[in-house]
Amino acid sequence: MDIASTYGLPEIALQLLVGLSRSMILFIIAAGLSLILGVLRVPNIAHGSLYMIGAFAAYTVNTVIGGAAGFWLSLILAPLFVALLSLIAERALFCHLYEREHLMLLLFTFSLMLILGDMVKLLWGVDYKSVTAPNVLKGALMIFGLPFPRYNLFLLIIGPIVGFGLWLFVSKTRIGKISKAASVDRMMVGALGINVSWVFCTAFVIGCFLAGLGGALVAPTMGITLGMDHTIIMEAFLIVVIGGLGNIWGALVGALIFGITHSLGVMLLPQFAIIFPYLAVVIVLIIWPRGLLKSVW
Amino acid sequence: MFKGMIHKKTALALVAILLVMLILPHMIPRFYVYLIASILVMALLAMSLNLVVGFGGLFQFHHGVFFGVGAYAVALLLTKTTLPKWICFISAPFVAALAGLIIGLICIRLSKLYFAMIQISLGSLLWALAFRWYGFTGGDDGIHGIPIPSAMSGVSNSYYFILIIFVLCIIALFFILKSPFGSTLQAARDNAQRCEAIGVFVKRHQLFGIIIASFFAGVAGVLFVVLEGSVFPDLLFWVLSLEILIMCLLGGWFTFAGPIIGAALMLSLRTFIGIHTEYWTLILGIILALLIFFLPQGVWGYFQEKWTLRKEAVAERGQ
Repeated sequence: MDIASTYGLPEIALQLLVGLSRSMILFIIAAGLSLILGVLRVPNIAHGSLYMIGAFAAYTVNTVIGGAAGFWLSLILAPLFVALLSLIAERALFCHLYEREHLMLLLFTFSLMLILGDMVKLLWGVDYKSVTAPNVLKGALMIFGLPFPRYNLFLLIIGPIVGFGLWLFVSKTRIGKISKAASVDRMMVGALGINVSWVFCTAFVIGCFLAGLGGALVAPTMGITLGMDHTIIMEAFLIVVIGGLGNIWGALVGALIFGITHSLGVMLLPQFAIIFPYLAVVIVLIIWPRGLLKSVW
Repeated sequence: MFKGMIHKKTALALVAILLVMLILPHMIPRFYVYLIASILVMALLAMSLNLVVGFGGLFQFHHGVFFGVGAYAVALLLTKTTLPKWICFISAPFVAALAGLIIGLICIRLSKLYFAMIQISLGSLLWALAFRWYGFTGGDDGIHGIPIPSAMSGVSNSYYFILIIFVLCIIALFFILKSPFGSTLQAARDNAQRCEAIGVFVKRHQLFGIIIASFFAGVAGVLFVVLEGSVFPDLLFWVLSLEILIMCLLGGWFTFAGPIIGAALMLSLRTFIGIHTEYWTLILGIILALLIFFLPQGVWGYFQEKWTLRKEAVAERGQ
């Protein structure tokens, strides 16, 4: 099967752009997960549920406020709601468990995932929900003479902005620098008289905020449904691992690999498109077992 | 050979339990017979996982894959080939063991979370294949109406078949754990460096552990097909793997019988709470969270600890 004969260059370029915009959402979610993994060493399976809650909360904001204002507000309010939820979870539950081993932490976050999943079912019901993007982002632009959805372009713009913001936070703010240090040696940071507990809390809340933001951003592109947490968390974990645990740029690289191999898969073998990213992950991990970029572990 | 391995009282209790289980299908409704049979299947799966997680100390996070591979192997062999049925049933666990060998060889070079992650990605690969390959595996519909020989079909017949295989398997698992291999595996869990230092090839032992565990998971997969007569891609999904881990946790990691208790607790909870409310995962999640907070050694592990403490106290008083 030759790609060039069935698809022209513009089609391939466009398909890659679509893959790239999907990568941006994956990046935002995986970066949050990576931050939590790096600083707190918690493999947070509930991250996917927070993403789902972000999407459902965005739906609620959209139905209550409505119109373009509703959409833009949902991008802020839904992640804030998720962040508030995670703040409560961190202070009430997680902060007592940091000394436990990873397996226990993982199972604990899994139990949170079960609880949050059913909470969503209780609050929002089992039906499909959908959000419509405002008129500015509806429709398609012509690129290379082919239609390209405006919303995907919007994602391509917002991804780097979030990445830049995260970079500013980690390398320019005081708390960001402390959290970076805590991810390398938390004992030492504590010994210097810094309240590590609150640093952890901040990193956790910011990570979860990103999950909520990812959910709010994805809302107009797909049906919001129960069970959307199951696939995304696996993808996010794999992205974090191939990028290097705790490395935010690694999350970006991993997300790009994931999104682009998926879009290539759609062109090559549409039926088996979802296999391509997993295959890419396996190949990367066989060659670079500790991820592509330096991990903090 | 058997001397000293099992306490006399324990042996008597086990025989009594076995006898009760043998006459059970004549005493209770079919629904409960089915429930107990599915508990046995899940218990075998959880015990095979406990061999590598509890006793081997490996982060086997995607054990469900081997269960699914065993189930799919027998389902595909029965529906797509004309091989004699007993060959299909016997070869399926070996297919699962082969999957264990291949996945194990790739994973074993890494440790801890990385081990878990590469296993999950390989497992997800297999899940995606089963999920999408409509021509071969039936895609997300799975395969239904698998022709099971009449000697094993029907609730009561399949119950007896599952019970016999289950008992044989736990005896085998027990001896594997008591064998020098089992002791080495546990030693490697407790201190891998020292084991290497006295000349134990730790990685090879762990790889064998994975292969054995995936073989028994494959057996559980075959038993699942015998009970349900169908397979679907959810068997390979990571959620099931975490559920089995929870069964081990519920029962207790470092105990032999813990996973059976865990599987029984989990499936009974699902069945009986599921009758009253559709939010049973909420209740399961809360129970699990409480357990991790207050009882990290599991239910069975907790009682075992209590018993040893009491025994010691009695012995001290005797002196």
